Amino acid sequence: MNLPPTSPADGGKGTEGMPGDRAAWVYAVARRIDESWLAGVAGVAGGPLRAVTAAGLAAAVTGVSLDDFGEEPLRRHLEDLSWLDATARRHHQVIEIIARHEPVIPMRLATVFDDDRGVAGLLTQRRDEFAAALGQIDGRTEWGIKIYAGSASDDQVSPGEDGADARETAASPGAAYLRRRKRAISADSDARLAASASADAIHAALARLAAAAQLRPPQAPQLSGQQERMVLNAAYLVDDARSEEFAAAADSLAGSHPAVRVTLTGPWPPYSFASADVPGSPPEGTRA
Amino acid sequence: MSMGEMAQPGGGRVYGSGSGLSSGHEPANLGDILERVLDRGLVIAGDIRVNLLDIELLTIKLRLIIASVETARELGIDWWVNDPWLSSNHRELEEENRRLRDRVAELEAPRTESRRQVTAGPAQEAREEGRRSARRR
Repeated sequence: MNLPPTSPADGGKGTEGMPGDRAAWVYAVARRIDESWLAGVAGVAGGPLRAVTAAGLAAAVTGVSLDDFGEEPLRRHLEDLSWLDATARRHHQVIEIIARHEPVIPMRLATVFDDDRGVAGLLTQRRDEFAAALGQIDGRTEWGIKIYAGSASDDQVSPGEDGADARETAASPGAAYLRRRKRAISADSDARLAASASADAIHAALARLAAAAQLRPPQAPQLSGQQERMVLNAAYLVDDARSEEFAAAADSLAGSHPAVRVTLTGPWPPYSFASADVPGSPPEGTRA
Repeated sequence: MSMGEMAQPGGGRVYGSGSGLSSGHEPANLGDILERVLDRGLVIAGDIRVNLLDIELLTIKLRLIIASVETARELGIDWWVNDPWLSSNHRELEEENRRLRDRVAELEAPRTESRRQVTAGPAQEAREEGRRSARRR
């Protein structure tokens, strides 16, 4: 708001990149965005970032070409992992920078308007919704907790069975194998139950410290990069004044539940709490 | 990505100096970022309609994706490195088993069972994914 805004009233100005880059990729909405925060930062298509303002709100946008960001090209790009990697990181980086200065509502990747006029229209039409969402996240930060079950290993088969195993194996290798397999499966399911109970307890304790909590589907190993099975993937919206307390609690809970591995990520812009319809406090009943 | 790095460039504080949290503070990896920018964030129907269903499918695919080795390595995804099922010895063994199974199947019946097993894993994961996506928000 305090820098010369690229308002739709300028009559289709705001094509600072290539002449054809009239379409607007939207990163985030905030009460105000100072373009100097984003000076020198490259947008998704490498172009400069700017703020579109309307209705007392500001959106961070980049001009993009419809040749590259129209419906069909965009769909193709989304299937390309290296494009997706670069674009997701740039999208995230812009949101993160704004979040250091102002409460921010992150847009989902690939929110594109034909021109700045469309963006201004969005700010105007959904002004109340944005205001409510911004009110909820003001002074709060998102933190992520992922909990992994320790892999059930051979040492869970109790000692003393080895001798029996050897005799059984000699007598009937097939039956002995099946018995061992059965024991392993039962040990595995015990471990799963224990891990899941630990995850429940940790989540309940952390949710009490948060203004809101969200449970997401656990990530597959291919996405998490971890071989262990993820049993909890949660996000917490925490008052900034309670950040230290929250992290300390996570630390201490992790220590008292040795059966699972707990990781804390953040601070994140409030991706998981961006909608005004996300229930605020208290966060009970969020456990799926 | 080593453990204990800052989560975000310039993002502020590092907590939990490793006593209970196994890795202290995980750096923001691509998986976390993709999950957030694709699966969270405010959904606005812009002028360019990227079908929301496409994004949903993409998100599901990402959870199942097995990227090319180079790409995955760059992304810090290297779970297969220590996976005995994918290490070379095991692979030879599997290959051998597969050949034998195929041979047996060939001798016993005109259809091969092993081919069907190849698709069983991902399909099952996809079904699980479907159930999970019926989550409450």
